[in-house]
Amino acid sequence: MRQAWTIASKDLRLRVRDRSAFIVGIIAPLGLAAIFSSIFTPIENFDFTATYAVVDEDGGQVAAQFVQLLEQFGQTAGVEIEAVGSRAEAVDLVDVEPFSSEEGADAAFVIPPGFSQAVESDQPAGLEVLSGQGGIGAGVAVSFAEQFASELTYARVAVASVENLGGTDDRFAAGLRALAIPPPVNLVDLEATNKELAGKTFYAAGLAIFFLFFTVQFGVNSLLEERQAGTLGRLMAAPMRRSSIIAGKAIMAFILGLISMVVLVVATTLLFGADWGNPLGVLLLVVGGIISALGIMAVVAAFARTPEQAGNYSSMVAVILGFLGGTFFPVGQAGGILADLRFITPHAWFMQGLGDLSAGNVADVLPAVGALLLFGLVTGSIALLVMRKGLRA
Amino acid sequence: MDSRASVLECRDLKKSYGDNAAVKGVGFHIAEGETYGLLGPNGAGKTTTISMVTGLLERDSGEVFVNGLPLTTTSIDAKREIGLVPQDLAIYPDLTARENLIFFGKLYEMSGSDLKKRVDEVLEIIGLTDRAGDRTEEYSGGMKRRLNIGLGLLHQPRLLLLDEPTVGVDPQSRNAILESVEQLSGEGMAVLYTTHYMEEAERLCDRVGIIDLGEIKAEGTRRELVQLVGQHDRIRLQATGPCAAGVEALASLAAVREAGVRDGGIEMLVDNADRWLAEILGKVSGAGVGISSVDVEEPNLESVFLHLTGRALRD
Ligand SMILES: Nc1ncnc2c1ncn2[C@@H]1O[C@H](COP(=O)(O)OP(=O)(O)OP(=O)(O)O)[C@@H](O)[C@H]1O
Ligand SMILES: [Mg+2]
Repeated sequence: MRQAWTIASKDLRLRVRDRSAFIVGIIAPLGLAAIFSSIFTPIENFDFTATYAVVDEDGGQVAAQFVQLLEQFGQTAGVEIEAVGSRAEAVDLVDVEPFSSEEGADAAFVIPPGFSQAVESDQPAGLEVLSGQGGIGAGVAVSFAEQFASELTYARVAVASVENLGGTDDRFAAGLRALAIPPPVNLVDLEATNKELAGKTFYAAGLAIFFLFFTVQFGVNSLLEERQAGTLGRLMAAPMRRSSIIAGKAIMAFILGLISMVVLVVATTLLFGADWGNPLGVLLLVVGGIISALGIMAVVAAFARTPEQAGNYSSMVAVILGFLGGTFFPVGQAGGILADLRFITPHAWFMQGLGDLSAGNVADVLPAVGALLLFGLVTGSIALLVMRKGLRA
Repeated sequence: MDSRASVLECRDLKKSYGDNAAVKGVGFHIAEGETYGLLGPNGAGKTTTISMVTGLLERDSGEVFVNGLPLTTTSIDAKREIGLVPQDLAIYPDLTARENLIFFGKLYEMSGSDLKKRVDEVLEIIGLTDRAGDRTEEYSGGMKRRLNIGLGLLHQPRLLLLDEPTVGVDPQSRNAILESVEQLSGEGMAVLYTTHYMEEAERLCDRVGIIDLGEIKAEGTRRELVQLVGQHDRIRLQATGPCAAGVEALASLAAVREAGVRDGGIEMLVDNADRWLAEILGKVSGAGVGISSVDVEEPNLESVFLHLTGRALRD
């Protein structure tokens, strides 16, 4: 065991020296988290103002809910919301000449008659956004409507620009009619999605677990590097058990992963205001995540012949798992097969665990931690079997 | 067998890679302070043999004992006694020489001031004291080779295995390497030295095993090997005068196997040139031949190899 530590500390020294782990484990995820969180939450980072008009031609419950959400959004985001009486009025507001002094709106939301009823009775439902000259204000309006519609699963957002307002109504209606099968709109789903992480925390966590796989891969790959450099032979000739070599590599990969995750959690909390939740719960999930990454990356390395090959394979695996696991976009909200499939990845369990943590307490992360450990155990055992064979030959 | 204690004893080692029988029943022993050479061409099975002796490679059959301790791939006690200098460099390019030495020293259970002291000693032996703080990727090929050897010596093993340590090394470094092997052996270390350089085997090794196609074809001291295959010393005389008469005069010496006149001189095969040279020169000059130069060529392991295998050591 002492020798395992000797090997681990030698490897850590090498990693610190070539800086690669530092870049992949900390700089890249932090940089991307900074970019993502500034793109997706501009309202909090920039001096953003806009005016939206809203027309409620429906008067139903879902429409009222939308208007209420919009007003809440307006308050937090510094957007002025103007309720108007008809679609024509809204068009007037949106349809202003660029740079004119006329008071107008950046966008208008039109809730057509029958919207609430359609949603409640599982019929296709549409929400219209009228945008003026484009720009950030209009873009945010579209995102807002889309976000709302995505929670209603099959509601659609039609975006019309003022240039072709005339035809929009008809095409919009035709589009709605084309949705032949009435999908189930499940309002309970709204609560389920509440458990998913919001905004900055989502991107911070997603990028952290995504890059964790690359960081851990550095550790695992070093076994293949030793083989290529010929030093593995010296290690095997030394008076120690071969499991010490593997243990040394695992310890090193674990420490690298832990350092990178802890730095990311702290940095995204301090720099971007991400809210990871209870530290103990986060730590449990992080440890589970590292162990699952260790196992999976070890399997990949065990089947590779050279470090380069292992690097390529594991990048592929890490990217595919990252996408499936919803680290880039909340696949849980997409519904359908993708939403279920994500749980074949540790990433999804990690994200789910953080979501559960934000909605509950530390004990709520245990199922996710259990799933992560199981991933690590199964894949780790496979890797050990394959590697032991390789070490003997 | 030698009266000295046997440090390495291996019997009937066999290893096949698929259908390719790389080593087919190799066995030898090395005593304390003895240097044993495995001389053979590329692909003869030298590295495969060494890998089995160090417990890196699982053998198909056979036994290895180091200091009387049985050795397998999982042995720990027996491995402690062995220092390995692999054929291919095995050092960390991103670590300095000192860091490389300290790392492997720790794996061999050394620590603290003992380790530090020993690292300094080894750096001195391999002549890298001045460069000990530089990363080894900045070293020349010969310096890397020297560190590769130093790593094998570090823990003062009873048995040192060197697998072609001088390949790709300039003559100066090469000489330094050979000298340190001689010194270590003088201090009582048992050395297994593989090479395909006949001169190295002749200079260093007390005994040589000639290996080809996975088998030891013959084994012994240089002289034993030479006699085994019935080789003779060759003497060439540059001469003027009645050479034919000189040849005739040699007929009375039993040690002279064959003699003849060849381009401006006399050439002959002799059983033991050292012993008979004076008499030979006496007979020839007695026959009125003027001798301007004498050239004695002793048979070497190269010619032994040629004799045993019908092939040259290097193509
Ligand atoms: N890992 C391996 N897989 C398959 N065949 C191998 C392997 N290593 C060696 N061999 C084969 O075993 C035989 C002996 O190789 P070995 O390396 O022992 O020779 P060597 O005497 O050390 O040669 P050299 O002087 O070139 O180093 C060769 O035919 C070689 O092709
Ligand atoms: Mg070899």
